[in-house]
Amino acid sequence: MTDVVSFPAGASAKPARRDIGIKRRYAAERRFRAYGIAALSFGILFLFILLYSVVSKGYTAFQQTMITVPVEFSEQIIDKDNERATDPQKLVTANYPLIARNAVAKVLGVAETDRSGLRAVNQMISDGVRGQLRDMVVANPQIIGTTQTVSLLAAGDIDSAFKGQIDLSVSENNRKVSDQQVGWMNQLAESGALGKHFNTGIFVNGNSSRPEAAGVGVALIGSFYMMLIVLVLALPIGVAASIYLEEFAPKNKFTDLIEVNINNLAAVPSIVYGLLGLAVFINFMGLPRSASLVGGLVLTLMTLPTIIIATRAALKAVPPSIRAAALGLGASKMQTIFHHVLPLAMPGILTGTIIGLAHALGETAPLLLIGMVAFVANYPTTPMDPSTALPVQIYMWANEAERAFVERTSGAIIILLLFLVVMNVGAILLRRRFERRW
Amino acid sequence: MNMLSEAAVEKALDKKMNEVAYKMIGKDVSVYYGEKRALFDVNLNVRENTVTALIGPSGCGKSTFLRTLNRMNDTIEGCRVTGKITLDEDDIYDKEIDVVELRARVGMVFQKPNPFPKSIYENIAYGPRIHGLARNKADMDQIVEASLQRAGLWAEVKDRLHEGGTGLSGGQQQRLCIARAVAVSPEVILMDEPCSALDPIATAKVEELIHELRANYTIVIVTHSMQQAARVSQRTAMFHLGQLVEENDTDKMFTNPDDQRTQDYIMGRFG
Repeated sequence: MTDVVSFPAGASAKPARRDIGIKRRYAAERRFRAYGIAALSFGILFLFILLYSVVSKGYTAFQQTMITVPVEFSEQIIDKDNERATDPQKLVTANYPLIARNAVAKVLGVAETDRSGLRAVNQMISDGVRGQLRDMVVANPQIIGTTQTVSLLAAGDIDSAFKGQIDLSVSENNRKVSDQQVGWMNQLAESGALGKHFNTGIFVNGNSSRPEAAGVGVALIGSFYMMLIVLVLALPIGVAASIYLEEFAPKNKFTDLIEVNINNLAAVPSIVYGLLGLAVFINFMGLPRSASLVGGLVLTLMTLPTIIIATRAALKAVPPSIRAAALGLGASKMQTIFHHVLPLAMPGILTGTIIGLAHALGETAPLLLIGMVAFVANYPTTPMDPSTALPVQIYMWANEAERAFVERTSGAIIILLLFLVVMNVGAILLRRRFERRW
Repeated sequence: MNMLSEAAVEKALDKKMNEVAYKMIGKDVSVYYGEKRALFDVNLNVRENTVTALIGPSGCGKSTFLRTLNRMNDTIEGCRVTGKITLDEDDIYDKEIDVVELRARVGMVFQKPNPFPKSIYENIAYGPRIHGLARNKADMDQIVEASLQRAGLWAEVKDRLHEGGTGLSGGQQQRLCIARAVAVSPEVILMDEPCSALDPIATAKVEELIHELRANYTIVIVTHSMQQAARVSQRTAMFHLGQLVEENDTDKMFTNPDDQRTQDYIMGRFG
């Protein structure tokens, strides 16, 4: 059928030399491998530096210094005139920090007349004890008049000093803790009253301007709600859109345009989505600000292109022979897609979804624009309530001045990374379940 | 006298035997892929309970013609079919005809074995399930067993029905695909080079199977192998450049074809 093209005459005259440049070819291969290994090592090195710096700074955030002392719930201070039966507010508004201060002062032997000494003692205890002791008394008013052993939250500066994060060689005037307080701290530590405990507060507390009482509880719930909204909205919408575009839509200029736009949308800076959310969901639709519902909707818009692109690629990768087999048996197009194509594309779809979700979980910029950067101390009960998100919480803590927020920022990063790891492991397990050979 | 009448009876019988029943009739079938015309006014009839082989060089339109018979070309973007194809008097390109039902009546086996990545049982049961052919589990079990038996695979797989269909050997996979096509009780089975991915032993098994299936089904097979066409078919159609060159009894085709091009192709002078 085809004409025979002969080699140039000279080529066949001499025996062919096949060794020309063979060393160079091997050298090129070795060089390429070396580049690859160098790039990988570089990447692994930076990963370790990142993890090391985050973990070494952050692991102390999971411990909190507490002062365990006998606290006298003095009726004199809490409810002098015995009005608690008629006025429940009495127990709520009582001067609990005074009780805590007196308890610590008593252990340290500070006289009640030493006003500056008492002030220094007061600075060692977190203002968070107000809520701590109040909750104890409100839950059980019987303890008024008795003495109970209570672990009081130490102030953030004492916490930092006890963890060795405050440089004590600096002159006393230029640091947050005085020599007297350091002395008391060591005295309490020796007697076993002051010590480090596991910090459950960082997981369950809302935000607080006092580092010792601040936690990511609200941010965790906010992030959880948002992930749920993104998953519930973006996955079905994205998969449905991809199936339509890939399997049903005619291939013409209009669908080409849509395809180009979807690819471009995946690259749009996320803050633009924040502006869109602000304009549409808050200003036009009147949804509440700072709500995880709005955050979830914005992140859904941001995640959709990622999911659509991944899903289309996964659908394309399903061998056409499977489609032909199902169609040849008399399955309708819908049956072919839902019985055969989609299950085979599932691992790819899940991978895309998890990449999109992880992206959304770490997104900060669009959330700033819809007001999720707010200071939220109370738990949101529904996605309509104000809340914040993990990355936003990290961003806010990174802006705080107190030394104790440094470790908490890293601690929150560790929690965020763990959240990510849990999500990814879940996705890998799901993918394993769906994965099939063909 | 007696002899004569006997001969007459035989002749009459013979005539009856030779009276041709056409299962599918293609009239002036042309296929266009976009602007490009792939088939030119093909008139080809498929006889009932006969194996019809379609031969010809690559790109001659034989697979395209095969795929018009169960409208698999519908799935290709920009593909247009003109002319008329009937299946037992029904025009299969009529708007009234449901393509899903048509494909249940005209099954297909592909070039590469393409079992679903599911168990052997599920592979067979899928077709009957979507067409509602089994009322209960016992029915389905029976269909699965009968189909596998028809495809000569039952003895080999009866103990591993719930293992993956993709774990079988290539030849077994292809017979599984034939069993899967048989399971929906089609009238016609189209085969697009069913043995091109198989070794000679597996090929021999599939050919034997085609031979047996002929009793119950009308078979149209596309093949690149002259020997295969000669072995399995009773009728052969030769395509060249989108045109039907010749359609004749296989024996005649391979010994004394009417057309010079057929002779050249069979002798291996082109293609």
